[in-house]
Amino acid sequence: MAAQKPVLRGAEIFVRALKDEGVEYVFGYPGGAVLHIYDELFKQEEVKHILARHEQGAGHAADGYARATGKPGVLLVTSGPGVTNAVTPIATAYMDSIPLVVFSGQVPKHLIGNDAFQEVDAIGITRPCVKHNFLVKDVRDLAATIKKAFFIATSGRPGPVLVDIPKDITAQSCEYEYPQNVEIRSYRPVVRGHPGQIRRALKLILGAKKPMLYTGGGVVLGNASEELREFTRTLGYPITNTLMGLGAFPASDRQFIGMLGMHGTYEANMAMHHCDVLIAIGARFDDRVTGDLAQFCPYAKIVHIDVDPASIAKNVPVDIPIVGDVKSVLTDLNGLLRENPERAEPQPLAEWWKQIGEWQSVDCLRFNRNTEVIKPQYVIEKLWELTGGDAYVTSDVGQHQMWAAQFYKFDQPRRWINSGGLGTMGFGLPAAMGVQMAFPEATVACITGEASLVMCIQELSTCLQYRLPVKVINLNNRYMGMVRQWQEFFYDKRYSHSYMDALPDFVMLAQSFGHVGVRVDKTADVEGALREALKQKDRLVLMDFITDQTENVYPMMASGKGQHEMHLSPDRELA
Amino acid sequence: MRHILSLLVENEAGALSRIAGLFSARAFNIESLSVAPTEDASVSRMTVVTSGSDQIIEQIHKQLNKLVDVIKVVDLSESPHIERELMLVKVQAKGEVREEIKRMTDIFRGRIVDVSDNTYTIEVTGDGAKLGAFLQGLDPRQILEVVRTGTSGIARGEKAIRL
Ligand SMILES: Cc1ncc(C[n+]2csc(CCOP(=O)(O)OP(=O)(O)O)c2C)c(N)n1
Repeated sequence: MAAQKPVLRGAEIFVRALKDEGVEYVFGYPGGAVLHIYDELFKQEEVKHILARHEQGAGHAADGYARATGKPGVLLVTSGPGVTNAVTPIATAYMDSIPLVVFSGQVPKHLIGNDAFQEVDAIGITRPCVKHNFLVKDVRDLAATIKKAFFIATSGRPGPVLVDIPKDITAQSCEYEYPQNVEIRSYRPVVRGHPGQIRRALKLILGAKKPMLYTGGGVVLGNASEELREFTRTLGYPITNTLMGLGAFPASDRQFIGMLGMHGTYEANMAMHHCDVLIAIGARFDDRVTGDLAQFCPYAKIVHIDVDPASIAKNVPVDIPIVGDVKSVLTDLNGLLRENPERAEPQPLAEWWKQIGEWQSVDCLRFNRNTEVIKPQYVIEKLWELTGGDAYVTSDVGQHQMWAAQFYKFDQPRRWINSGGLGTMGFGLPAAMGVQMAFPEATVACITGEASLVMCIQELSTCLQYRLPVKVINLNNRYMGMVRQWQEFFYDKRYSHSYMDALPDFVMLAQSFGHVGVRVDKTADVEGALREALKQKDRLVLMDFITDQTENVYPMMASGKGQHEMHLSPDRELA
Repeated sequence: MRHILSLLVENEAGALSRIAGLFSARAFNIESLSVAPTEDASVSRMTVVTSGSDQIIEQIHKQLNKLVDVIKVVDLSESPHIERELMLVKVQAKGEVREEIKRMTDIFRGRIVDVSDNTYTIEVTGDGAKLGAFLQGLDPRQILEVVRTGTSGIARGEKAIRL
């Protein structure tokens, strides 16, 4: 006798499907269209709902959770303003290929298209910033659609998927069965790389005289950090990571020559420019990385490994493309390397390293540590020291983000959580909540600026509710620093609307939300304050560091310039 | 260069807007787009005429393939193919031009499908160049309405684009 399938209401199906999918946390915010669902969430404890204070906060929290754990983040919002508030985090996740499954309530089916109360075309609004989206039109499709949403979000090149659920569907009933597998005939991501291409690539790689590895967020997302380490160490080649790829290869390793791109290291960008074979892995040749395309890697043959065929040859022509999951392709490459250790002659490689050593000796990240006024770089350097390089660090967007990327040396993947693609201010604090939720015992620091922080400041309240002891490091320069920097360089110091007038007292603000607030305004006090804060394992501490207002991020490759045309800080401009 | 892309897509509500949205969001050219279900009601066949450098065409191809609703993309222009478009033209046809328009329609192997005291409605099929030539042959002042379906295409020979 076949087992009886239970007959459940849509809202019950929703919660059961999440359980069957193994979802632990749902980040969300209630409203009319999702009240049946909230009622079901209330009746059980397995799927834990985290109530944010704004749908943007809930979305970034789900995203931070996904980035840190590798599991899909789940967001639940109501129709209309609920889903429009969620658009920013959805687009943020989309740009960085983060697996997010978003459920939005919708007005009942018979009202769709009527300009009903709290109706928006969620499918239409989100279409350009999701990997895929679904409108559920029949309760019998609900479970299968949820399964498909998780499958699409997490496979191939990951990304956000939205499921729009009309309210009436959550009240209707049908038999429930959660599908074991999904087969979507129009969606079959490639996993294995083409063996012939892999062999050709390896031949080119082994013959290189000035090789360069350039790896991106794809290595982190594809959990291929171990394979990358083996590959890189076996070859002994220099490696750079993109902003999204930091931690995939240990920053403390001598083969690592820093981040590349607009605010990358001098040595990484110079090595990119001068290399003869470029091995790009899970990276997408973003304009902040390449600079002027016409001048990009003029001497290099390029191998590009990526799971997304559309990423290959999108911006830069490639000599040997390999479409496939980076973990699988690197495993294949490592296998070939083991059985066939035929290497390039060692001599050219030694010369290449010597050249890189000369570029490194420029010491492009040097800054003055002996000032009374706090240098923002110093705070991050100290944080790195005191946390042994092992904290989860989220950031917002601006100068502080670049300094965090430059000065916190990440040795592990999934530790560095930032909005690289969309560059969303307001991301840092809610993302840190998601990370802390996943790792309650870990040190989670949010490196932010005073302008970014206030964009989602309401989430301090969520942090209190769920006892999330995030360490907020506010590098307070009283400016939208990155905007000010561009205005200084390119607009003759006309600081149009980049000054943060009428800032709150951040110490009192933290206190009013029930947290600890500390102000630090002298270099000498930085270390002590950080030590104290890190000791407070169960309290959120907001540290307001009053930093040098005029500090700029260096080195810098101005947009539209080549990678070899970097500016160092003015006191050390290259001859 | 001009390319004719033939697509098999899921016959789903959002599919057309995803494809149209892709072209506008990524600033790809779109000359025409025609779509209708196939013998399998769950699948639509779409023909998109576009143009761009090889690199852009490659991107269009890949980006289309990436859409979850798209099952298959084939560039018809890479091999011998047939393209056809249907055009309906309503023209002013009074007095002596009536005869002349009839003659022109015959030359282009078109058909007059509706007649009123003052107008003809003409149906012409062919590739874009032929339809253009037909319109050129008319006095612009006579043309009241032009309705074109956009190109649809199919490969020559035994090659068939199927699931
Ligand atoms: C939502 C959003 N609005 C505007 C911007 C443009 N923007 C980029 S950096 C920046 C200034 C950030 O200032 P702050 O958070 O104080 O950081 P700082 O650069 O001073 O470290 C602005 C406005 C953005 N990235 N995101």
